[in-house]
Amino acid sequence: MLRAALNRLFGMLVVMALVVTVVFVIVRVTPGDPAAVMLGPDASAEDIEQLREKLGLNGTILEQFANYVAGVLRADFGQSIFLGQPVTQALMDRAEPTFFLTIFSLLIATAIALPVGILSAYWRGSMFDQAATALAMFAASVPSFWLGLLFIQFFAVHLGWFATSGYGGPGTPLFERLHYLVLPAFALGLVSSALITRFTRASMLDVLNDDYVRTARSKGMGEWRVVLKHALKNALIPILTVIGLTAALLISGAVVTETVFGLPGVGNLVVSAVLRRDYPVIQGALLVIAGLYVLVNFGIDMLYLLIDPRVRY
Amino acid sequence: MAAIAPALQSEPNILSRLVGRRTSLIGIIILAIIAAAALLAPFIAPYSPSKLSIASRLHGPEMAHLFGTDDLGRDIFTRMLYAGRTSLTVGFAVVVFSSIIGIVLGLTAGFFRRLDQPVSRLIDAMMAFPDILLAIALVAALGASATNVVIALGIVYAPRLARVIRASTLVIRELPYVEAARALGVPTPVILLRHVLRNVTSPLLVQGTFIFANAILAEAGLSFLGVGISPDTPTWGTMISVGRQYMDQASWMMFFPGAAIVLTVLSLQLVGDGLRDLLDPRLAKDI
Repeated sequence: MLRAALNRLFGMLVVMALVVTVVFVIVRVTPGDPAAVMLGPDASAEDIEQLREKLGLNGTILEQFANYVAGVLRADFGQSIFLGQPVTQALMDRAEPTFFLTIFSLLIATAIALPVGILSAYWRGSMFDQAATALAMFAASVPSFWLGLLFIQFFAVHLGWFATSGYGGPGTPLFERLHYLVLPAFALGLVSSALITRFTRASMLDVLNDDYVRTARSKGMGEWRVVLKHALKNALIPILTVIGLTAALLISGAVVTETVFGLPGVGNLVVSAVLRRDYPVIQGALLVIAGLYVLVNFGIDMLYLLIDPRVRY
Repeated sequence: MAAIAPALQSEPNILSRLVGRRTSLIGIIILAIIAAAALLAPFIAPYSPSKLSIASRLHGPEMAHLFGTDDLGRDIFTRMLYAGRTSLTVGFAVVVFSSIIGIVLGLTAGFFRRLDQPVSRLIDAMMAFPDILLAIALVAALGASATNVVIALGIVYAPRLARVIRASTLVIRELPYVEAARALGVPTPVILLRHVLRNVTSPLLVQGTFIFANAILAEAGLSFLGVGISPDTPTWGTMISVGRQYMDQASWMMFFPGAAIVLTVLSLQLVGDGLRDLLDPRLAKDI
């Protein structure tokens, strides 16, 4: 088992190194001089030179790469050009709304998807199953930003139940922040529930016909106990994986949803960085989010090793 | 080979079998209507997409303007038809571009044992980036234009295709007819093109349909954020983005383009689901 864990760790480190390299390459594929692009056509040669120095664009490509890797290892992603603060600080300042948005959306998605998926599989082919499958497919086809706008229109403007945008001032307690978070979390959670519903249904269908489920039934065990205790427990690994993957997808959805609802999170930061061509911020956000994704995947793999002794890498 | 042969024989009737499934048929019909409407836009659109009319600014849906007018008095139905052209073209171009990269990477990783590890790790690394975020970063680096949106989304979705093609190639590589071709001295590129590539078309078709759907959603997202195609070009995403500013007075401005996205993506998913069930029953069980 230790060997398997070490193997996986090595694989993770290789992927992480590649992620770091890919991010380095992305910023370098900018046609022309990124410093000149950032400063616009009116910038003087001196300003451009200064910015090049700041961005670490001087020296050979190998020197640039070495400096960049050294910075990444120290969690130093450079300085934001427009915010005048270190990228790490800018990301940390905006992590909270994104964190809560992701967590709440995931909770909503799971709370909808698990029961619907389980019941769909249990009543396979029924009206409920067909309606749930159709709804899941519909939810997967709706752009979350559009759903967010419809929510704002109806629940915030028309009914006045929630805030149309924002996150409250600094120091607002989390309970009050719900006023701002409920709509975006539902917009994102509903759309994301589709994938989890379909996976839950498929995994449950897989195990509901297995021998041990039949055995449990033949022993006279209560029907729901069989479904929830015996079947669900065994269907849980693929379901957990897809929930983990959804968490990563949610970060992607958060980029757009935060913009719709004016939440001052990482997504909003990235979009404004792109519009202002603030490359260090884009680079830092990409690294942190992709790095988190790789770590989450690694964590899920390790969990498998612990839960299921048959899994070997 | 026995396993592959029926799949190949059945491919000519795929369309008729697909039409036989009720849900797929609905998908095909909706998709055909949307594609035809986009294609025939210059003939069926009641107005010019750029015809301004300050007098009929922000009119709600009415007989003269089926879906209402926008802030500059332009007919929304007309603009939606033209926007459909861009959105569908971008979506299709993304499928083609990502297929090219995906096929090259997938075949390389699946067929050549030595290259499998490095290429697969690169695929893993690319898949670590959330799609919209990577697309945003790439468009930021390349510059905002329709072509660059296609390139960016193509790069984003290529690893998914590469993974599927690699998996199929790994199986096909070991089949007797590939071994026989090798023994007969058939050059590797010919084996790859004639024997391997031909047999990975099924998973390619299934994934391609889903990527088409995702690309339409992603393009709309990028355009909505203002980091994709220029707002002057009507796409469903840019129309929602503009409509958002007039949400209180003219909710139809953002409602109808959004509904067009939902219908298009939904119909692509219905067709994709049908294709998957017919061509790849193993996958159908998983999802």
